[in-house]
Amino acid sequence: MSGDNILEVQNLKVDIPVTAGMLHPVRGVSFTVARGETLCIVGESGCGKSLTSLALMGLLPKTAIRTADRMDFLGQDIRDFKERRMAALRGVKMAMIFQEPMTSLNPAYTIGNQLMEVYRRHISKNGSEARARAIFLLEKVGISAAASRLSQYPHQLSGGLRQRVMIAMSLMCGPDLIIADEPTTALDVTIQAQILHLLAELQDEFEMGMILITHDLGVVARVADQVQVMYAGTTVEEGPCQAVFDNPLHPYTAGLLRCIPVPGKAKRGSKLGSVPGIVPNLVGDLQGCMFRNRCAHASSICETLSGEPTRIDDGHAFTCRLTPEEAAKTAAVQGVA
Amino acid sequence: MSETALRTVDVSCVFEVSQGFMKGTKPLRAVNGVSLNIPKGRVVGLVGESGCGKSTMANILLGLQKPTSGDVMSGDSLYYGQQTGYLDRKKIARRIQPIFQDPYSSLNPTKTIHSIVCLPLRIHNIGDPSKWDKKVYDILDLVGLPKRVAQSYPSQMSGGQRQRVAIARALIMKPEVVICDEPTSALDVSVQSQILNLLQDLRQELGLTYLLISHNLAVVEHMADRVAVMYLGRIVEEADANTLFDDPRHPYTKALLGSVLTPDPSLGVPDTHLGTVFPNPIDPPSGCSFHPRCSECMDICSKKAPKPSVEGGRMIECHRYQTNEAEVA
Ligand SMILES: Nc1ncnc2c1ncn2[C@@H]1O[C@H](COP(=O)(O)OP(=O)(O)OP(=O)(O)O)[C@@H](O)[C@H]1O
Ligand SMILES: Nc1ncnc2c1ncn2[C@@H]1O[C@H](COP(=O)(O)OP(=O)(O)OP(=O)(O)O)[C@@H](O)[C@H]1O
Ligand SMILES: [Mg+2]
Ligand SMILES: [Mg+2]
Repeated sequence: MSGDNILEVQNLKVDIPVTAGMLHPVRGVSFTVARGETLCIVGESGCGKSLTSLALMGLLPKTAIRTADRMDFLGQDIRDFKERRMAALRGVKMAMIFQEPMTSLNPAYTIGNQLMEVYRRHISKNGSEARARAIFLLEKVGISAAASRLSQYPHQLSGGLRQRVMIAMSLMCGPDLIIADEPTTALDVTIQAQILHLLAELQDEFEMGMILITHDLGVVARVADQVQVMYAGTTVEEGPCQAVFDNPLHPYTAGLLRCIPVPGKAKRGSKLGSVPGIVPNLVGDLQGCMFRNRCAHASSICETLSGEPTRIDDGHAFTCRLTPEEAAKTAAVQGVA
Repeated sequence: MSETALRTVDVSCVFEVSQGFMKGTKPLRAVNGVSLNIPKGRVVGLVGESGCGKSTMANILLGLQKPTSGDVMSGDSLYYGQQTGYLDRKKIARRIQPIFQDPYSSLNPTKTIHSIVCLPLRIHNIGDPSKWDKKVYDILDLVGLPKRVAQSYPSQMSGGQRQRVAIARALIMKPEVVICDEPTSALDVSVQSQILNLLQDLRQELGLTYLLISHNLAVVEHMADRVAVMYLGRIVEEADANTLFDDPRHPYTKALLGSVLTPDPSLGVPDTHLGTVFPNPIDPPSGCSFHPRCSECMDICSKKAPKPSVEGGRMIECHRYQTNEAEVA
């Protein structure tokens, strides 16, 4: 364990009772985030990315049950924190940026009111100090004429500007950790690049840890230090970004990478790779590797696989019956085809 | 030069946008003088940021939106003109079919897949009704759906399966042109690749022509033969895909291509050099509408709109690339 870690999570699980039985959308994920580091959680729709982040923030739906062997934030065990203590962390030391800023910006209040409110509630009652901080941060996130923006309402801004306001708002109290759930998914590519660029700069400047959740492998490759690939509520592969992209070992990771058209790599119009099949139902008792019904390398062993990851080096690990050598070979062979 | 399947000549579309109670309306030029050629058997990509007018173009080509001015021609025959109006909507639908973005909302939830796919045949009363069943099963097979899904409802299918249904519904009319408006944007990458592969296969098998609208430039680069880049209602650059992607000229095209995040971990997030001044489509900037965000902006750019200049199969609309050199000075 490194003293630099601001967040350590072990064996986090989320269960939600539904009419058909018990849903297990997050089934034992573990990760750490160090100061100044970006962890990307990537996976397809429904794999449990958002529930993982909501579990960290204590924002799960009322019916959901959260368990973990460990959840330490800034050296404090936050597992038993009551809502009042979590609320004091959220937006202050642990801030969140959501996909659609309109859901988290209140349309009835001005940008200025919303920016200053958290600051005045948690840091200082001094209004002019809050105002100065708001203007400073709006300028930081690249919004021109910041002072005059304070009196504008969210609907008067474009999507890109609203997302910048959200980022400024998340920084108001100087958080140690930012959790960004698909922060650029609804934006144009040009604005996405601008926002990600900005987040990386701010993170450096303020030495924050960041968890960035996305389904876009291009985003992951460009911003992550550490990567967690999730499938059906579990981590199937994790490790340093370069290692995971250069040497993907889990058949799911390798398969996903083959699906995306990469200019210069895949010939124009050539067949793209695919991962046929659909995600399994996560209700009831679940056993073995959840990817097996879509995996070209599945065997009977996969039905009872324990879920213990195979560790390579440098934190690169994957959860599969294949040995690292076999996995590397199958990933490479299919890469050519 | 190959035959033209569909083409627009100087088409504009103006919406009157309400300014609030008793404040009247203001015109919004969603499409502003666009001439676009879609050659037969080719894939034309249309890219540009949200609100630039891509879907409005798609709707005009589909006969779902009436342009304010300009002509739309299919082959050599006018199918929309200011004097003539639209050709019969049904006639357009027999030749041009859409595939839209959202496989969740574009299918009627109360109808079976069979009935959804068969509907166009019934509406157009095509062929012998006793053969419709076979047609439906053939087309489902073609898009890779098993026979048994015919009696299912959209809610029982995955996103990728629903998009296959939408494709089957478009193709059962044996259209010449398919207008794909963000056909894979709502899908996961593993499903997207299957749909893109399917669109490629079908194109070869049936000799289809596509207009492919997408905000995902990697997808367009993979699929398209020719690409048009739109900004605020105008096409600012158009060229063969190789030319455009290898050697983009318009500063906006450059910024757009520079923003594509390929999965290469040795690269960081690019700096687009684009300003954050977003244009208001109701009150567009003077001169070249891109000038407030342009990193290569010159004096003339805020004063005068650039004219399209055509050279070697590439069209570009930028003061830096005017064929008449005198205009640059
Ligand atoms: N309140 C809830 N009640 C029941 N099931 C839920 C609830 N919230 C989420 N789920 C289910 O849990 C699973 C994981 O959901 P989650 O939102 O974490 O997915 P995600 O990875 O964020 O997907 P996306 O990329 O689509 O945002 C999904 O199958 C979802 O349907
Ligand atoms: N029916 C309408 N009435 C008024 N304005 C409209 C209407 N339809 C579109 N617009 C406006 O026209 C412009 C172009 O819209 P359009 O839907 O064609 O954009 P787009 O390029 O498809 O964007 P996106 O990538 O977000 O789908 C936008 O400013 C939009 O707000
Ligand atoms: Mg989510
Ligand atoms: Mg659109």
